[in-house]
Amino acid sequence: MASLAAELGPVALRTPVLLASGTFGAGREGAQFVELSQLGGIIVKSMTASPWKGKPTPRMCETPSGMLNAIGIQNKGVDFFLAEDLPWLRRQDATVFASIAGNSVGEFVKVADKLRTGGRGIAAVELNISCPNLEDQSNMFAHSAESTAAVTSAAVRALPRIPVFAKLSPNVTSLVEIAGAALGAGAAGLSLINTVFGMAIDVEDRVPRLAGTIGGLSGPAIRPVAVRAVHEVHRAFPEAPIIGQGGIASASDALELILAGATAVAVGTANFINPRVALEITQGIEAYMERHGVASVGELVGAVKLAS
Amino acid sequence: MLIASGEVLTHKKYGEHFHSLTLVAPRIGEQVAPGQFVNVSCDGNRSFILRRPFSVYRVHKRGGWAATIEIVFDIRGPGTKHLAELRAHSTVKLLGPCGQGFKLPAARSHCLLIGGGIGAAPLFFLADELRNEGHRVDVIMGARSIHRLLNAIDVRRLASVSRITTEDGSMGQQGVVTDVIDDMVERCSSDIVYACGPHPMLAAVAQMCNERALPLQVAVEELMACGYGVCMTCVIPVLTGSSRSGSEERVYARVCTEGPVFDGATVCWFESEGRVTPEWAEPSSSGSPSRTGADAPQAELAPPGN
Repeated sequence: MASLAAELGPVALRTPVLLASGTFGAGREGAQFVELSQLGGIIVKSMTASPWKGKPTPRMCETPSGMLNAIGIQNKGVDFFLAEDLPWLRRQDATVFASIAGNSVGEFVKVADKLRTGGRGIAAVELNISCPNLEDQSNMFAHSAESTAAVTSAAVRALPRIPVFAKLSPNVTSLVEIAGAALGAGAAGLSLINTVFGMAIDVEDRVPRLAGTIGGLSGPAIRPVAVRAVHEVHRAFPEAPIIGQGGIASASDALELILAGATAVAVGTANFINPRVALEITQGIEAYMERHGVASVGELVGAVKLAS
Repeated sequence: MLIASGEVLTHKKYGEHFHSLTLVAPRIGEQVAPGQFVNVSCDGNRSFILRRPFSVYRVHKRGGWAATIEIVFDIRGPGTKHLAELRAHSTVKLLGPCGQGFKLPAARSHCLLIGGGIGAAPLFFLADELRNEGHRVDVIMGARSIHRLLNAIDVRRLASVSRITTEDGSMGQQGVVTDVIDDMVERCSSDIVYACGPHPMLAAVAQMCNERALPLQVAVEELMACGYGVCMTCVIPVLTGSSRSGSEERVYARVCTEGPVFDGATVCWFESEGRVTPEWAEPSSSGSPSRTGADAPQAELAPPGN
């Protein structure tokens, strides 16, 4: 019997398949289709220190093999998460990754402090650092090694008992350098990748298709970017646990990221099309392992055969 | 809400532009209420991956077949083009019934249904249900031209009094639906209004109903990815709380789960006033019908893609 259990650094997972942040809320809406306890875990929608209203519409635009979004992290804030969502998630026996976001190091720390004191049962925290940093001329945290290190070390200090994963942006010149900065600042692991920045224009009206003009591209269109990113970072930091994400829609897609070096994977946009897809992917990985005589999913991590 | 597959029973056309698919979907057909929608996978085209939301136009709960649902659409892009090529015995993947439907009146009422273009689709199912429950149904249907009116013959059959408006005068009265609302409300002694159609039409109807203290329920459309409440793309600004207690607040509500039917008085119609298309009797021909939003004040500086 193939074992799907995965050791994601300090976090023990039942299966290597997670739900990606922002694609399954805090699990309530999707729980009518899938039992969260059957999955590796849920990375909940990013939460901020106070509620964020989000951006105007249109927030979404379909593009070939993917979609652009500019939602603006509409969320009810960390207090709502702790009071309403977390108790519910614990009753479902879900493995919970809390994704946090903010516009300054201080805002990240404010959320982290609340999770430290009120977040019993949280397995890990994911830092959504593809956010503009107001203290650094609106540059994204994840777009510079210094900002990434600063926000990561502050969050790690605030969360001494909860492993922190930094979710990195692919929209950079050297992902390996930024990955190194996050790991050097104490991150337990990395999430690779966040969305790829993109833009679409309605040529008849000559206006951007998103109210936010620029958005994040997700879906199968970005999967090769994610596979490359995981491969590069895994080669540079073979010991670092990686949650591979970006365009996974099938078991074979998930296996690509695992073979490239991801210990676990997160399914995102595909949830919008099929709320049961993460479970179906899990079953597909199990079938693959049986077909290939793989006893433990850990054997597959980084197991791509490269021409020497 | 169910994940199900639907077998195409019939594919037909209403007029020149509108396609209709009747789908055998027993469990969804038994559960669906007027105003709710189904999210349909168009995965015959692999490069366009998202489902398409369609309000339910008609339901047949009994008969020789198991329950069927009928959806109507015009071809707006690769997804609807794929659906228009389906024939009997093809199957589509369905998610539904999605969203909150229309609330039916508790007491026997005179109901005025106002529809614009293809957006009028759910009003047919609503009219059937209202009539079954003993309410009076009157209808105003508007479109750019006769070719963009949805099943005008059936409108005459199911309404006690009906009025058609077209912008080019090719059928009924030349003009738009709001031109005839006052006349219809007076003539039919309307108690409640139900409206569905392009956003600017709904905004104009809402303003008139508000001024005349007529209760209004609207079914709105917005670009959508998931249909079950997680993607946060299909939002519309609405007022919650109460103005009297000072707790009133403008929030983005999800059309897929909190709507698509809203109390017309709570929707913030004019946030996007400067950017709505002037051709308001008809949804935009590019992509799905949608409101376009102007920049709203924001406290936070959010990332491009989250």
